[in-house]
Amino acid sequence: MADDSTKRRRAKNLAIGLTVAGLCLLFYIITIVKMTGAR
Amino acid sequence: MSDGVAHTRTDASALAGASGSVADFVALLKPRVMSLVVFTGVAGLMTAPGQLHPVLAAIAILCIAVGAGAAGAINMWYDRDIDALMSRTRDRPIPAGRMDPDEALSFGIVLSIASVTVMALAVNFAAAALLALSIAFYVFVYTMWLKRSTPQNIVIGGAAGAFPPMIGWAAVTGDVSLASLAMFAIIFLWTPPHFWALSLFRSGEYARAGVPMLPVVAGVRETKRQIVFYSLALLPVSLVPWWLGVASIFYAIGAGVLGLVFVSGAVAVWRDSGETAAKRLFGYSIVYLFLIFALLMFDRAGLS
Repeated sequence: MADDSTKRRRAKNLAIGLTVAGLCLLFYIITIVKMTGAR
Repeated sequence: MSDGVAHTRTDASALAGASGSVADFVALLKPRVMSLVVFTGVAGLMTAPGQLHPVLAAIAILCIAVGAGAAGAINMWYDRDIDALMSRTRDRPIPAGRMDPDEALSFGIVLSIASVTVMALAVNFAAAALLALSIAFYVFVYTMWLKRSTPQNIVIGGAAGAFPPMIGWAAVTGDVSLASLAMFAIIFLWTPPHFWALSLFRSGEYARAGVPMLPVVAGVRETKRQIVFYSLALLPVSLVPWWLGVASIFYAIGAGVLGLVFVSGAVAVWRDSGETAAKRLFGYSIVYLFLIFALLMFDRAGLS
C-alpha cells in the first residue's frame, strides 16, 4: 500500500517536473519566435 | 429546484486525503470534450483571414485546450456531489474517492491562469480575454448558477462551449467578426439538441441528482419539441458563413445536407416513443459538429 503511494507520488512529481520544464521551453520558444518579429 | 439538489459534500476522498494519480489529473481535463473544443478552435484559426506563425498557432491551440480542461477540472470539483449520483460520472476521480477535491480545484485554477497568461503573452490580448471569458462563463454562469437552477441551463450555458472558434479566429485577427460570431452561433444552437438528446435517455439519472434538465422539468414531449425547434434554427445559421463569403457554395451544400439529416433525426426523435432515435441523434450530433467544422476548414484550404 505504502509502496503504491510512493509510486504514485513519484509519478506525480515527475509529471510536475516535466510540466515545469515544458513551460520553460515554451517561454523560451515564445521569446525566440517573438524576437523574429512573428505575429 | 436548486434546493432539491443534495449539496452535501460527502468527500470521502478528502477524509482519506487521497492524492490522485497522473491519469486522474488527465481525466479531470475531460479529454473527450477537449478534443471537440480543440477541433473547433483549430477551425476558427484556419478559417480566419491572415496568418499566424505556426508556433504561435500551436501555442494558441494548446492554450485553448488547457483552458477548456481547466474549466472542466473546476466543474468536476464543484459538481462532485451530483457526479456521485449518476452512473455516467460516478467513476470520476473525486466522487470515486481517488482525489482530494481541493487538489482538483487548485489544479483547475493554476491551469486557467497559466493558459490565459500564455495566450496573452504569446498570441494577443483579444484571444486571451475571450479564453478567460469562456472559462469564467463555464465555471460561474453554467456550473455554479444555471446547471442546478433552470432547465435552460444548457441553452445559455452552451455559450461557454461555443467560444473556441471565436478564440481561434481572434488569435489570428486580434478581433471578433461576424464570421466568428456565426461559428459561435452554430455551436450555440447545436448544444441544446445535442444535450437534450442525451438527457432523454438519461433523464432518470438527472432527476435523481436533482439537475433540472428539460425532460425532468417539462417532460419528454416538450423536450422533443424543443429539439426539433433548435435543429430547424441550426440549419439556416449553419449557412451564414457561406452567406458572409467566408465559405464557398461547396460548404453550403455540405452544411445543408448535414443540417437536413440533423432535422430528420430530430423529427425521428419526435415520432419515436422509445430511446433509439434519441441515442442515434446524440451520436449523429457529434459527427455533425466535426463535419461542419471540417467542411469549413477544407473549404478555406481550397480543397473544395
